[in-house]
Order: sequence, then C-alpha cells, then structure tokens
Amino acid sequence: MKENEKPEKGNQIIEEAAQAEYKYGFVTDIETEVIPKGLDEDVVRRISALKGEPEWLLEFRLKAYRHWLTLKAPTWGHVHVPEIDYQAISYYAAPRQLKKGGVEDIDPELKKTFDKLGIPLEEQLRLSGMAVDAVMDSVSVKTTYRERLAELGVIFCSISEAVKDYPDLVRKYLGKVVPYTDNFYAALNSAVFSDGSFVYIPKGVRCPMELSTYFRINAAQTGQFERTLIVADDDAYVSYLEGCTAPMRDENQLHAAIVEIIVEDRAEVKYSTVQNWYPGDKDGKGGIYNLVTKRGLCRGDHSKLSWTQVETGSAITWKYPSCVLKGDHSVGEFYSVALTNNWQEADTGTKMIHLGKNSTSTIVSKGISAGHSQNSYRGMVKIAPKATGCRNFTQCDSLLLSDTSGAHTFPVIEVGNDTSVVEHEATTSKINEDQIFYCNQRGISTEDAVGLIVNGYAKEVMAKLPMEFAVEAQKLLSISLEGSVG
Amino acid sequence: MNALQQYIDLYDASREFIEQQSPALLNTLRREARERLASARLPRKGSEDYEASDLEAVFAHDYGVNVNRLPFDADPSEAFHCDVPNMSTCLYYTSNDAFHSSATAERNIGKVVVEPFSMAAVDYPELMASYYGKLANMDDPTVALNTLLVQDGLFIYVPDGVIAERPVQLVNIFNAALDMMVHRRILIIVGKNAAIKLLACDHTQSPDYQYLNNQVIEIVAMQGSTVDYYDMEESTPKTNRVSSIYVDQHEGSNVLIDGITLTNGFTRNNYHVEVNGEHAETHLLGMTIASGEQHVDSHTFISHNAPRCHSNEMFKYVLNDNAVGAFAGKILVQPNCPRVEAYQGNRNLCSAPTAKMYTKPQLEIYTDDVMCSHGSAVGQLDEEALFYMRTRGIGLEEARRLLMQAFVADVIDGVRLDALKDRLHYLVEKRFAGTLSSCAGCLAACRSND
Repeated sequence: MKENEKPEKGNQIIEEAAQAEYKYGFVTDIETEVIPKGLDEDVVRRISALKGEPEWLLEFRLKAYRHWLTLKAPTWGHVHVPEIDYQAISYYAAPRQLKKGGVEDIDPELKKTFDKLGIPLEEQLRLSGMAVDAVMDSVSVKTTYRERLAELGVIFCSISEAVKDYPDLVRKYLGKVVPYTDNFYAALNSAVFSDGSFVYIPKGVRCPMELSTYFRINAAQTGQFERTLIVADDDAYVSYLEGCTAPMRDENQLHAAIVEIIVEDRAEVKYSTVQNWYPGDKDGKGGIYNLVTKRGLCRGDHSKLSWTQVETGSAITWKYPSCVLKGDHSVGEFYSVALTNNWQEADTGTKMIHLGKNSTSTIVSKGISAGHSQNSYRGMVKIAPKATGCRNFTQCDSLLLSDTSGAHTFPVIEVGNDTSVVEHEATTSKINEDQIFYCNQRGISTEDAVGLIVNGYAKEVMAKLPMEFAVEAQKLLSISLEGSVG
Repeated sequence: MNALQQYIDLYDASREFIEQQSPALLNTLRREARERLASARLPRKGSEDYEASDLEAVFAHDYGVNVNRLPFDADPSEAFHCDVPNMSTCLYYTSNDAFHSSATAERNIGKVVVEPFSMAAVDYPELMASYYGKLANMDDPTVALNTLLVQDGLFIYVPDGVIAERPVQLVNIFNAALDMMVHRRILIIVGKNAAIKLLACDHTQSPDYQYLNNQVIEIVAMQGSTVDYYDMEESTPKTNRVSSIYVDQHEGSNVLIDGITLTNGFTRNNYHVEVNGEHAETHLLGMTIASGEQHVDSHTFISHNAPRCHSNEMFKYVLNDNAVGAFAGKILVQPNCPRVEAYQGNRNLCSAPTAKMYTKPQLEIYTDDVMCSHGSAVGQLDEEALFYMRTRGIGLEEARRLLMQAFVADVIDGVRLDALKDRLHYLVEKRFAGTLSSCAGCLAACRSND
C-alpha cells in the first residue's frame, strides 16, 4: 500500500508545482516606440540611425546582416526550436518617455516595474552598494553609480553611450571574441543589436562594487538582442551580474544576445547570471527562446574568467558560455545550475579551449529536470598541442524529478599533448528515496526534503554566486521547484 | 570527390556476376543498398561522430575487390599460431572473405552450427531470412557498401538450450598479391538459454599490401542466452578496418564484447547494442595499445529499451608516437525503462607529445529511476608511482611498462575465459616490450619466443 501512496502524493505535488506562477509575468503599461516588424538592410540602417551610430558600426552591422543571410539556423542542439519567422519580429522597441525626458525623469510605471523586479534604481541600490544598468526591451534605461565609478576610471554604461563616448575602445574590442561569422544567432545579433552594457576596468583597478545589468523584455512581438562587452585591463578585477525577466505571453519571443569578455594580464572577471525569462505555461505555451552566445578571451597570462549561471527560465535555452584560455597560466571556470520544468528545454554547457601553457579549467554543471522537460549538458574541452601542462576537471550531474523528463550529457574532449590531464565525470539519477524517507522520519515534509536535497545538490554552484544573487537564485530554485517530487 | 563511387561503379558493371556467385538471400538486400548508396557520402573528418576519422580518405584508395571469388592461398597452419595455451578451441579461418573450417573443428563442435552463408541458406533458410540484414543499419554507408558487395559470410547458430563446450575461434587472414578490400559478414544467432564463446583474431600474411576490411557482424542473443565475443586485431600498419557490430538482446541475455587492438593501420569499430528485454546484461570492453601512426576509433551506442537492464562499458587507450585514439560512447535510456543501471568509462594514457586523444562520452536519459554515469580521463602515468618504483630499484622503462600493464589489466580481467586472460596478459606484456609489433604476420614470432 505504501508504495502506491507515494506516487500519488508525488503527482499531487507535481501538479501544485506546475501551477506555481511565474512571479515576474506582469506587463508594464508604458508607451513604447516599436519599429515595424520585418528585417532587411533598411531596418538595420534604421536601427543604426535611430541610435545615431558612426559609419563603422553601420558597416559592421551590414556585413553581419549579409553574412546572416547565408546561414541556416543550427539544428544540432537537443532542443526543438520551431522555425522562427524573422520577418514577424520587431527588432527595436524603446520606452517612448525616455526620449523626451532623459534618465532623470524615468516613467513612473517603469520605475514600478523595476521595483517589482526587486531592482530599485534609487535608494535601495545605494544601500546594497551595487551599480545597475537596466535594459528594458532594446534600450538601456538607467545606469546608477556612474559618477562614482568614473572616479576610478571604470566605465560602466550602455553600449550605445559607449559607442558615442568611447568609440575607440568599443571599436577595438567589439566582435573580437565573438565575430559576426561565429554562428547564426551571433550574426543576427551583430546586425540588429540594440543595446547592452559596456564595462571597461582600467589597469590595476579593482572595481569596488558589483556591476549589474537587469534585462527585461516588455513589448509584445519584439525580440531582444542585447550585446554586452566587458574589458578588464591588466591587474583589474570586476564582478558582473546579469538578471533577466519577461512578461507572460502566449506567443514565444526571441532573445539572442552576445556577451564578449576580454581579460588581460593578471586580471579577473567574474560573470554571474540568474536567467529567469518567462518559461511558458504548464502546457508549454509561450516563453522565451533564449539563444545566446557568450564567450570570454583570457588573453593575458595569469588571467581568470569565471562564469556562474543559474538557469531556471526560458522555454528554450541554447547557451554555452565559453573561455578561450590564450594566456599562459590562465584560468577558466564554469559553474552552472540548470533547472527545467514543464515543457522547457535547455541545452547548455561550456567550451574550454586551452591554448596557453599551464592553463587550467574547472567545469561543474548541475542539471535538474522535472515535468516533461529536457535538460542537456553539452561541453567541449580542447587542449591544443602546444598548450602543455594544462589541467581540466569536469563534473556534470543530472537529477531527474519525473519519469517523463530527460537528462542528457554530451561532452567532447580533445587532448593534443602528453603533459595535460583532463578528467570528466557525469552521473544521472533521481533523488534517493532513502534520503527522503530519512527526512520524513525526522518530521520534514517530502516537499521540504526535496527542497533541501536539491539545494544541497546545487550548493557547490550557488556558493560561487555573489551574495545578493545567491539569495535570489535560491528563492528562484525553490519557486521553480516547489514540490516537484514526491 | 566521392570514394564510394568506384565501388558503386564496380557493382553496376559486375552485378550479374556478383549475384550469380552469392546465395539468393544476399541478393535481396542489394537493391536497397544500391539505392541508399546513390545519395550517401562517407563521413569526412570532423563531421558528427567522426571527429577524428576520415572514412572518405580510407575508402578513396584503389582497392581490388575479389568479385570473381578467386581462391587465394592462405597458409592455414598460420592459424595454429594463434593457439591459446591451455585452451582447446574449434578453429575456423577466413582467407580474405572466404571461410574454411579446420579438420578438427567439425568433429568437436557438437550441436553448434558454424557454416558459410552458402550452406546456411540451404540448411537454415528461415533463420537466415529472418535475421540476415535485420539489425545492421544501412543508414551507415559502410554497412550499405558491405551489403552491396558481400558474397558470402559466416553463419553461427547455437540452438535453444545448447551450451557450446569449446570456444569457437575464428582466425581472419589477409593474404593477397594486391591492395585489397574485403567485405566480411557474420551472423550469430544464440537460442534461448544457449551459450557460446567466440574468439576472432585478424592477421595479415603479406604485410606489403594495403587492406581494408569492411565487416558487419550481427548478433542475436535470445532469452537467457550468453554470448562472449572477443575480437583481437593484430595485423599490420597497412591493414585498415571498419567494423560494425550490431547486437539485439532479449530478456535475461548476457552479452560481452571485448575488442582489443594491438597492431593495425586505421580502425573504426562501431558497436550498436539494442537491449530489448528486461534483466539483460551488456558488457562492452575495449583496449587499444597504439604507437607509430596507428589510428583507433571506437564508437559505442547502447540503447536500453526495457526496464531493469544493466550495462557496463570500459575502454582504455595507451597512445604513443603519433597514434590517434578516439572514443565516443552513448548510453540511451528510453522512456518508461526504470531501474536501468548503466556505466561507461574511458581512460586514456597519452605517452608522447604528438599522440592525440578525442573522447566523447554521452548520456541520454528519458527515465528518472535510473543510475547512470560516465567518466572519462586523459592523462599520463603517475609521477609519484614511477618515483616509488625507481626508489626500489626498478628502471624507468620497466616501471613505465609495469604501470601501463596495470592500467589496462582490468579490461583484460573482464575476459571470461581464464586461459585467454593469461594469454592476453602475456601478449600485452610483449606489446609493451615492443617485441610484438615488430613481427610480421601474427603470433608466429611470439610463439617462437615462448
């Protein structure tokens, strides 16, 4: 009898979890300026003109657009991206108020939006001591703490402002790590990217606060194509946080972003993401297609780049934050928790390309699949023949919370010399019933026990997140998971 | 360029001739094979599942194909050099793609049937018709090519309840006076609660010529049966091989496949196992010791289509000089297959700066109540262990050899025949000592060293 009871309870809890609401699914009722749907060279020119860009950037966009026309969408991922009609998307949407008043009189509705998101742009931020750049739809809405950062020489602004104020820097680095020829979505982004953040940390500066960007898709039937560029010069350090949400809508929306990071000698960049785009409803309707290219180049010796991501949102995630370890003794890290529920599909992982001698990398990936979701880790560790003395350790574990979900691991390892050591380990299993029973015995409900176990399972990654984010990420995990198992 | 074209042209030109000389059953699939090949291309290096191997280049060479079924002289006594001490086997040998049995074999085989397709088509037409070409997947152009050009094959049938007393040993000998490509085909049907152990070894008698063995092996393991298939490649640097083994496992069956490569040119081994019955057990083992320009690429796929199955994989590579090793393994657990346990391991030693290893262990799981894991590592011998041994008076080379032997020992220990295990330990020791690779032909030289 007992055995029969368990699954029943499990089902009930799963149902509850399935009905758990997406907390960030509101729409902000503010006027937005949206350019008509469709994509052609004129649209690319128009975006560029709207943003008042210099000639070289328009050229870059057009080259990317022409290259994009020659490409086909990749199909190798373990995700089912339906054919996207690129002519049915609007490629630029901006809150209209901004144009009139500038950043000082932000639309009160917009302010409320960010308050709801827990991203108060004003006082609360000062208390938490974090500098924030908020990007709504296509436009950067406000950047806080800019002046204080400027005293140290740190540049933290929207990429459109950076193009105007620091054209040489942007031109020097834009497209150097992720060229527009990289892949289908990177080419699309390079052609139509609207905004994003630009960070430059000068030589020897340790950025005193965490920099943060909050991305929000608000307008309907638009795509978001932001572009982030982070440059850490010699001996610099920065910790950068990225968060994202979107309203609940029945139709799918496209998010194709690029993040480029350049790390010079002895510099360190820590990039943390809590991705919580709208994942679609319990029947898999709606949700964001999150098709993102993120890559960092550890160009200098002893440089270090660390990616930490908590992925709970998006209907489809296709994302591989990677490190090109070019400098000798450079270090790459990738810590990831990816949780999928209902009909979500995630194909995420990393690439560690070891080109420099004695470079090391660590990959820890924890996948959690519930409902009917599919969760894949896809990774590559490549040691070039001349990259002697390299070391990599990879661990990717998958936890299955329902018998209709799937967990998959697709790593590739290429070792080209005899002094490097590469290790890869992966396990797939469900939560041990003994562990749950043990908790039950001690008066902990099955739901709480699952929460405990999952949080313990993901702890290794959570510990790498900055404090403010770790709290949010933990909350997110429990919301998304609420009793997904019995 | 399309390397397949030359073989398609050959088939088109001598179709009647090929069909006349083959059992009628083999001709039934040729048409489909021909259609598949019309639009097929051999995978190039870097394409999916062929990250390290360029099949197009391997097949591009102008090989002769023995369409006329001309007999080539092979010295059957050579086969006896492969004798495993303390083990008596029923010995068969293949000269290129023609099968022969030795005088002693038939007397001792009992109820186990081992005969060429030409005879089996007469003796067991129903079995042949039900199983020939049913497992092998012609989406793979090499399998389609084999199906297109194969003229004979070996049929092994163990009737229900029969336990083969002695292992069946199959010695494959290459011997030709020109560069040659052969299409070997083996169909193994092991009935309910039956058991058989098979040893196959590949040798080349005339090392000056280039060979390509494009072989397809289909194994059907019925309910409760046990099948051991040990496959040893000990040929020459000019002998290439593309081998595809397809296995269909029924309830409670137990299949062990152990592939050992000591000397070869280019080798691609495909293992495709469909586990279709509960409580079935699958063991895939592989060991490669490669030096010079050797290239060994193993590709495994185990699909668990039933609950409560168990699979275990372990592949080990020791690479030296310019050798290239590749391993790709996928474990698939289909939906509604709880209590599956699947383990996969791949361990590799790169002991030269120019040796290269590619590895791609994969899990694809659609059921939650499973225990699956894979592990993969590429590295070197432990410096501390080497130092420890040297402090105890063991020379560096000797210490390295001992550690390498220990490294591959667990693959050999998976062998379920004690005499063969001992023999393999001995051969591996020889291989590491470098004496084996230098001898032409096969184990003849090492036998003289006994």
